[in-house]
Amino acid sequence: MVQEDFYKTLGVARDASSDDIKRAYRKLARKYHPDVNTGADTAARFQAIGHAHDVLRDPEKRAAYDKFGPEWETLKQQQQQEQTRWTGGYGFAPEDMSQADAGIFEDYFSAFRQDPFGRRASTRPMDQHARIDIALEDIFTGATKTFGLQVPDLDDQGRVVWRDQRIAVNIPKGIAAGQHLRLKGKGGQGADLILEVALAPHPTFRVDGRDISVALPVTPWEAALGAKVGMPTPGGKVQITVPPNARSGQRLRLKGRGLPGPHAGDLYAELQIINPPVNTAEARAFYERMAKELNFDPRKDQGGGQ
Amino acid sequence: MRLADHDQIEIIETLTLGELSHFCHVRTDWVVSLVDYGVLDPLGGHASDWRFTPPNVLRARKARRLTHDLGLNLAGVALVLDLIEERDALARKLAQLPH
Repeated sequence: MVQEDFYKTLGVARDASSDDIKRAYRKLARKYHPDVNTGADTAARFQAIGHAHDVLRDPEKRAAYDKFGPEWETLKQQQQQEQTRWTGGYGFAPEDMSQADAGIFEDYFSAFRQDPFGRRASTRPMDQHARIDIALEDIFTGATKTFGLQVPDLDDQGRVVWRDQRIAVNIPKGIAAGQHLRLKGKGGQGADLILEVALAPHPTFRVDGRDISVALPVTPWEAALGAKVGMPTPGGKVQITVPPNARSGQRLRLKGRGLPGPHAGDLYAELQIINPPVNTAEARAFYERMAKELNFDPRKDQGGGQ
Repeated sequence: MRLADHDQIEIIETLTLGELSHFCHVRTDWVVSLVDYGVLDPLGGHASDWRFTPPNVLRARKARRLTHDLGLNLAGVALVLDLIEERDALARKLAQLPH
């Protein structure tokens, strides 16, 4: 891994004051917070910003970083023990304690954090949280996906160490975006692993709750005469009947063909009438014949006219 | 590689007040405040009967992260979550328009 430049990450000069660093951090944190802005790399950016800020806001750490630069690795290990770290960019920001919101946390939580050996003060294990992006097709059919993550464990001296783990998760068919999965005992040290299921953006399908929409291009004659055409769904191709005199933008509903489950959603096809381009003499003659014979003015009701 | 068996995977459906507090690593009175601010909308009348649905569970987690990461207070969190939902609804409408 290339050692990142914390000053560049925050966009500040090397001699920036602590106020400058705080301001830059707050602005970037708002911009890249994964709950505020969805984007492919916001979670990773947000984590990098938080990491840079954690070092630069602390005068001792900042001095060490300025002095040693890449040698910061040795001190960084201490940092890693405070964070939930994920490989593959799935993790959220570390949920360490800060003074600002210490009041909202359960008591056992702070007790756990303050234990110098990282041992739990409570018998109730701390769940580990992370978010995973799932493709629509995998939610549609259910699938087994493999993720890389690091889970906390204790070494033989009782210190918290992070161990790499690959884990295969059976994504239950029809789980809704935003729902959570609990994986019993997979969070390290007997804790559960909680996965927030997020839907990866799809080039063809749009998802709204449990409903799925897809743009369906049709020819003018299919729209005018009606036709049976093939349309894609996340579960494969299906046939759909376009009614005669269909309009562009009209939505055709396939009931129950959205996200599956006890309350299955619907699948909508949004008709887009695509005109064949005129690039031959025959095509031109054909359009001219339509213009002559069909006597059609779509602007009649607007008062625009011919 | 360890395979998570089917019986070890549970889809989290509704949670009680106590379960949601534990789930978000927060005190119950903070969750009650989220309800007071309209961030959460549980089923059931009394706090002891409350059931938080999956969208509520997600909102609670987001509220918890926004509070922690951006230093927002409850009113700020409530406003931000409402605006994000409005923005997402508009984005979906925009995506429906022909290009």
